[in-house]
Order: sequence, then structure tokens, then C-alpha cells
Amino acid sequence: MNASWIIAPILLPAVAAPLLILLRLKDHAVRRGVSVAASVALLAIAAGLYGLASDGQPRAYLLGAWEAPFGIVLVLDRLSATMVLLTAILALLVNVYACAGWDRRGKHFHSLFQFQLMGINGAFLTGDVFNLFVFFEVMLIASYGLMLHGGGARRITAGFQYVAINLLGSVLFLIAVSLMYNVTGTLNMADLAVRAPLTSEGNVALLKVSALLLFLVFAIKAALAPMHWWLPTAYSAASAPAAALFAIMTKVGAYCIIRVYSLIFGADAGPVTHLAAPWIMPAAIATLVLGAIGALASRSLAGLIVFAVLWSMGTLLAALAGFDQAGLSAALYYAIHSTFAAAALFLIADLILERRGGVGALVTAPPMAQAVLMGAVFFAAAVSMSGMPPLSGFIGKLLVLDATRGAALGAWVWTAVLATSLAIIIAFARAGSLLFWKAETVAADARPAVVTSLPALACVLALVTMTGLLSVFAGPVTRHMDAAAAQALDRDAYVRAVLGRSPTQIAER
Amino acid sequence: MEYLVSTGIGALTASGVYLLLRRQMFPVIIGLALLSYAVNVFIFSMGRLAINQAPIFEKGVSAYADPLPQALVLTAIVISFGMTALIVVLALRSFLETGSDAVEEAVQDPQATIKDDKESVVR
Repeated sequence: MNASWIIAPILLPAVAAPLLILLRLKDHAVRRGVSVAASVALLAIAAGLYGLASDGQPRAYLLGAWEAPFGIVLVLDRLSATMVLLTAILALLVNVYACAGWDRRGKHFHSLFQFQLMGINGAFLTGDVFNLFVFFEVMLIASYGLMLHGGGARRITAGFQYVAINLLGSVLFLIAVSLMYNVTGTLNMADLAVRAPLTSEGNVALLKVSALLLFLVFAIKAALAPMHWWLPTAYSAASAPAAALFAIMTKVGAYCIIRVYSLIFGADAGPVTHLAAPWIMPAAIATLVLGAIGALASRSLAGLIVFAVLWSMGTLLAALAGFDQAGLSAALYYAIHSTFAAAALFLIADLILERRGGVGALVTAPPMAQAVLMGAVFFAAAVSMSGMPPLSGFIGKLLVLDATRGAALGAWVWTAVLATSLAIIIAFARAGSLLFWKAETVAADARPAVVTSLPALACVLALVTMTGLLSVFAGPVTRHMDAAAAQALDRDAYVRAVLGRSPTQIAER
Repeated sequence: MEYLVSTGIGALTASGVYLLLRRQMFPVIIGLALLSYAVNVFIFSMGRLAINQAPIFEKGVSAYADPLPQALVLTAIVISFGMTALIVVLALRSFLETGSDAVEEAVQDPQATIKDDKESVVR
């Protein structure tokens, strides 16, 4: 595998998606086959790219062989390879789950799904700020379709809000990017990293404005308080497979914060050093508190899960606020964990909803079929999400706490993380006991009959197993994340890989 | 010219933000459209405002209009145009399904979702 494979995770879904539109709507088996095959191939490519990136050398792919910074580049390093691999694993499991029936509740699920993967992979791999905007839009356009998949008044109203907030985000993104171009004369991330420290004094304020506007956009995507309010409405209204895939979308926001604010506005950025860092920590603490309050207050299972997802984003962002190696490493581990845990919870909620005859509210209902199995899986996912041992949430939380020990607001973070964890545990325990123990007694024939699709169940089990594996192999995984974090903070290696020269050589010219 | 362009962008943005904060869907859509116009002009002006300059490379010419913002603005126009079309359709569907064009959620009924899902299975 050489550097030209870097474009494959974008190209493959980009070919698969139009192909899926061309197939006849009635050929469900063929469409599912093509879609799942594309997801399997994506996983293979992502694994290969991860192997390629593990030698610690960032690689650039020049689109159309236009030399950077004149053309658009894609960059593969440990960080982007990890995120692409995570996307591929999640996508395959969610795709198989959707094939159990959800994909038929609306048209073109699979094409939208593939387009979304194209956007997500593109956002992870691109090395150009404007290209990042384009891939954001690809990702969002597909997500609008997936969000509305299944139809219904509630989804459409929630979808309108979701589209509106993201259009506003796009507007801010464009303002930020064009301001950045105005000040530095480039949009290539590596070139920006070289030129941002050299900004003349009169332009520093403009560059700061553009950097913070861009941060606002990423904060909307990452659901950082106070830009979090769109997430609960949108995710709880989305169909289960869409919501499970959306678990990676908040991580796209977190990834962009790591990439832009460690590379361009990181430690070596001179007058614009660590611009976003002071804002992240208080906002992350607020996100933690709001997520926990929301989880305690929610009266439906979907509501509980979306607020738990919001809470987990707070933990993740608190870890990366310091932009040091330990913090980024903890944030990456936690990102992987919370993606799997959130996706598992969304899918389990769907299975439970089906078995409760569609009663999504947390009220007593007739006992559900396969209550023991459902209860066990829900318990495992809830343990993982709320961060209790032995699953990965616990280790993730330990890493986050360890990384924030010496931080400026360290005591506050510790208090917030530990106190809100308790609230999340209480919320899940209450929901679990209500769902599985306090069942109404009804005649056996009145229970909703359920036909379980084995692949769907296997996907949920696989997601829960992933968080277990993440816990068992925490040692090797954290070593990899440490290396990824160290590489993400190494501006010079990134610039050398893209521009062919180190920043000091360029500055001397 | 700088004064004219910047007041134009400012007026568009201010009206856009004002409309975006309305409760009905239609003003919100118009607000988003105005904001995207403002942004397009803004991107355009970020390449420095210049008149009567060569757009592409030509021998013996030293002053150029920056071509990159023009390429960027083209991309931005295409995307915002498509998005505006989408959100108009969405608002229309929402109006037809709920009978109101209020932006906020009308009902919080978790049961409604699954009922709709069952009905909408493609046969």
C-alpha cells in the first residue's frame, strides 16, 4: 500500500453511492449487497491505511499532482488514520444493522449512507481548510437525508432546525476561512501553520477573529455548550441507524479542533498560540453539567441517550483542552470509546422500542420479549457509557482525569466529571429498572410479538464487545493513541510531509 | 468602494440575523439566504477589491485580481443554493405534515415516531 491509497476512503463511497442510486429500488438484496460490500472494502482500506500510518511518518497525497500549497492535499497521519478506521468499523456494523429493516423505511438509505461516509472520511483526511468546508458540506447534506429517513412530522420539524443550525455553521465557516485567506494568503493547513506565526502585527487581530469563528463552527459540530442545543432534538428524532452513525459526527468536530488548534494555532504559532484552549475547558464543564441534568430530566429512552452522548462530548473536550500529549491521547481513547458506546445505545434503544410496541417514554409497559438478553446488553452499554469498570468508559475516564490533573481548571473538571458521572449512572439505573423490572402484568398473548433479526442483534453485541475489547487491550490502544497525539502535536513533521521543507527553512527564504 | 461593499455586507448580515431569529420558518429561510449572499460578497472582497485588473496570467502584466476567492465563492454559491432549495422543501413538508410553520417542535410524542415509521415502509 502506498500513499496514493490515501484517497481510497473518499473515492470508494463516492463511487458506491451513485451506483446505489442507479440500482432499481425494488432490488433490496442487490442494494444491500453492494452497500455492505462497499463498507467491508472501506474497512479493509482503512485497516491498510492504519498500517501505513503506523510507521510514524505523515504522508501527503497531492490531488492532480499539483504541488502544495497550490493544489489540494490529503494528509494521512496516525490521527486521521485512527479516525478513518473508527468510521469504517462503525459504518460496517451500522450498515448491517440497517439492512435488518430500517433501510426500507424510506428511499435511498444506502446511497445517503455512503455519501455521508465520503464526507466524514474526507473531513478526516483533507489537509486544506476550504476542502474541509466542502467535505463538511458533503457530510451534512447526506446527514440531512439520513436524519429525515423514515419521515414523520417530528423528524421533519427537528430536521428543519438541524438544517438551519448547520447552514448557519456553514456561513460562519466561510467567513472564517475567507478571513484566514485574506490575512495569510493560503488555505493549505501546513502552509497556514508556517505563515500564522509570521502574521504582521496589524493583522493578528483579524487572524484571531477568523480562528475563533472557526472554533465556533467546530464547537457547533462537537456539541460544545452553549452550541449544543441542536443535538438532543436532532439525534433523538433521527432513525436508530442514522443516530448511531451520527455518533461519529460529533467526533468530526472534536477532530477538527485537535487538528486546527494544534497544527495552525498550536504551541508554535507565535502571536496566535493556543487561541481556542482557554475557551474549551469552561465550555466542556458546562457541557458535562448540562448533559447530566438533561439525562436526569429526560422522560424517554432516546432523550436519556442523547444527553448521555452530550455528556460524553463534555468529557472528551475537557481532555483535549490542554493540547498536551496526555490530554490528546486520553481524548482520542475516549472518542473511540464514546463512539462505540453511543452507537450501541442508539441501536439497543431501537430494539427495546420495538419490543415495547413503540413506547419510547420511560413508563411501565408490558414485559418485553427477550427481556433478559435486552437487559444484559443494555446494562453492558450503560456501564460502558457511564464510565463504570470494567468496560472502556472507566479507563477512558481515568485517562481523562489523569490528563487534566495539572490543568488550569483541574479541580473543577474533576468535580464536574465525577459528580456528573454519578448523575448519569443514576439516570441509566432508573431507566433500566423501569424498562426491565417494573413491567405491567398482562396476558401472554397481549405482548408485542417480535421477530428478531440475528444480524441486527449481532451488530449490537459487536458494538458492546468493541467497548469490552477496548478495555481489555487498553495498554496497546493507549500506546497507539500516545503516538498519534505526539504526532498531532509535531507541527514540523506535518509541514515537512506536505511542503517538503521544515517551517524554519521556509521562514528563512 | 470599500465603504459601499462593507455597508452592503453589514446590512445583509444584520437583516439575515434578524430574520433568522424569527419563529416562523419562512423568515428563517429568507434570513439564511440573505446571510449566504452576505458571505458570498464577503469572500469576494477578501481577495482585495480591485478594478480593471487581469484575471489570469498574461505576459507583461504585474497586477492581478486574485482568482482564488472567485473560485471559492463559486463553490459557496453552489452549496448555499442547493441548501436553500432543500430547506424550502423541508419547510413545505413540515407545513403539510403539522399544519403550522413554527420552527419549534409542536408535540413531544415518542409514540408518533414509530407509528409513522411503520406506515412509511416502502412496499
